[in-house]
Amino acid sequence: MDGTALLTITVLAVFVGFEVVSKVSSTLHTPLMSGANAIHGIILVGAIIVAGQAANPWVLAVALLAVVLATANLVGGFVVTDRMLHMFHAKKDAARTGAEPKAGGK
Amino acid sequence: MSVLDPVWTSLLYLAAAVCFILALRGLSSPRTARRGNLVGALGALIAVVTVFLSARLENTPWILAAIAVGSAVAAPVARRVKMTQMPQLVALFNGVGGGAAALVALLELGHAENPWVRVAIVFTLLVGAVSFAGSGITFAKLQELMTTRPVVFPGLPVVMAVVLLAAVAAGVAVVTTASLPLAVLLLVLGLAAGVLLVLPVGGADVPIVISLLNAFTGLAVAASGLVLGNVLLVVAGTLVGASGTILTRAMAAAMGRSVAGILFGAFRGGSTAGSTAVSERPVRSSSPEDVAVLLGYAQRVIIVPGYGLAVAQGQHTAAELALALEARGIEVDFAIHPVAGRMPGHMNVLLAEANVPYESLKEMGEINPEFKTADVALVVGANDVVNPAAKTSSGSPIYGMPILEVAEARQVVFLKRSMRPGFAGIENDLLYEPQTSLLFGDAKESLAQVLGAVKAL
Repeated sequence: MDGTALLTITVLAVFVGFEVVSKVSSTLHTPLMSGANAIHGIILVGAIIVAGQAANPWVLAVALLAVVLATANLVGGFVVTDRMLHMFHAKKDAARTGAEPKAGGK
Repeated sequence: MSVLDPVWTSLLYLAAAVCFILALRGLSSPRTARRGNLVGALGALIAVVTVFLSARLENTPWILAAIAVGSAVAAPVARRVKMTQMPQLVALFNGVGGGAAALVALLELGHAENPWVRVAIVFTLLVGAVSFAGSGITFAKLQELMTTRPVVFPGLPVVMAVVLLAAVAAGVAVVTTASLPLAVLLLVLGLAAGVLLVLPVGGADVPIVISLLNAFTGLAVAASGLVLGNVLLVVAGTLVGASGTILTRAMAAAMGRSVAGILFGAFRGGSTAGSTAVSERPVRSSSPEDVAVLLGYAQRVIIVPGYGLAVAQGQHTAAELALALEARGIEVDFAIHPVAGRMPGHMNVLLAEANVPYESLKEMGEINPEFKTADVALVVGANDVVNPAAKTSSGSPIYGMPILEVAEARQVVFLKRSMRPGFAGIENDLLYEPQTSLLFGDAKESLAQVLGAVKAL
């Protein structure tokens, strides 16, 4: 892919990022940070490509280290975000069956 | 093995990128957030399967083993971590992501024919290394493996300047010569810069640094996408970079400070070091029974939870107390400061864990006008975010930070461990006001005692 096309995509992605994230409610800022954190774990794809091309054992060793780190970022990030968001979800049921539901919430 | 042709590969990467955008979009409401996150995970899965099917990969068994190791380490930690320790974990995962990006860039140097690609490599190396080392220090501070106070030593700005200049020089040399040893040197300089960047940041500002480093890792990943010519990495990294930037700025605004002021404040000696002098003025201390009477016969109570509540794992007891008061017909709300806890929105997560409906969690702008009508403001383990010095004393390190205006409430009750000043190390004059009473003790125990007394009313 040539440079201009990549640049175009990068610039558009910046705007999409700003647009999408500015709509996130401040209640969810921690999950946002952890979710965004999980997304950059996709560097795993890059680490896999590099490891897959490794011709000598040293390069392979470093690349595999990158794979381990990237996987930890990716898997850990999504798991922990899911756990957090599960609480926001489960809470609605708790509120419904709980002793004192607040009438007329948002 | 190459099952997929390039067109299919591109389309599948596009699908993964769309999944990531939808994941972030889902977070606009708690209702759609969890599904959004699962869509994001699906996108990641699509991308990883695609890379295995499309690229001509050697060493596949090794790679699969490494993925297994990474998952086996991270998943249990992610599943077991306490919600109070969330900021550290985010910092840690962020750091390893940055480290992975830097390593990928280092290994690609041998394949980079084009000098522009080497520019992207240099950028990834440096920013990834800064993010890795900076996140490590952030983790150590949050985990209290080291002091949470700013670490400054004479000559720090000079050392930082030397490291940065050396990094720029090494970077230029790597671009022109593609020398691997110089690239390794650049990596080391990046690590040093990361450490020096975060050391002088005071504990209260650490959340902002996590967010900033998150943006850094995003940018490093985007740059590594340019190195590898991989559109998905470019899009995903840029999304994270943009979101991290917005969040960093939003948080800095919530604390009434500029990002540059936080990062370089300590270099100029103006960070949150604060004063540590504890005055000898008298305070009104109270018993759990007195507090229960105050609360139990009020009409409107606003609970202001802070990090002390989280440390004491008292969020469940606080939620029970709110229920008990509501059962007596009292209107109870939780006032959440944007930086309550150790990262933005942290307190919302902790209270969500304790099953407090999110409708009861009021943001600062929404709740501040309501303090006037509140009979009691119950401040549990918070200090700096209710400190009127932020409005009144221009010399204070927290001056300008928007606060929750608990002083407006008819009565203010502080549940505190001791008279020790808060994270920012500043004394709170509100503690000495006539309408204020204090109940000393561990937040959870105090709450449990107050809860018992309320039930006995």
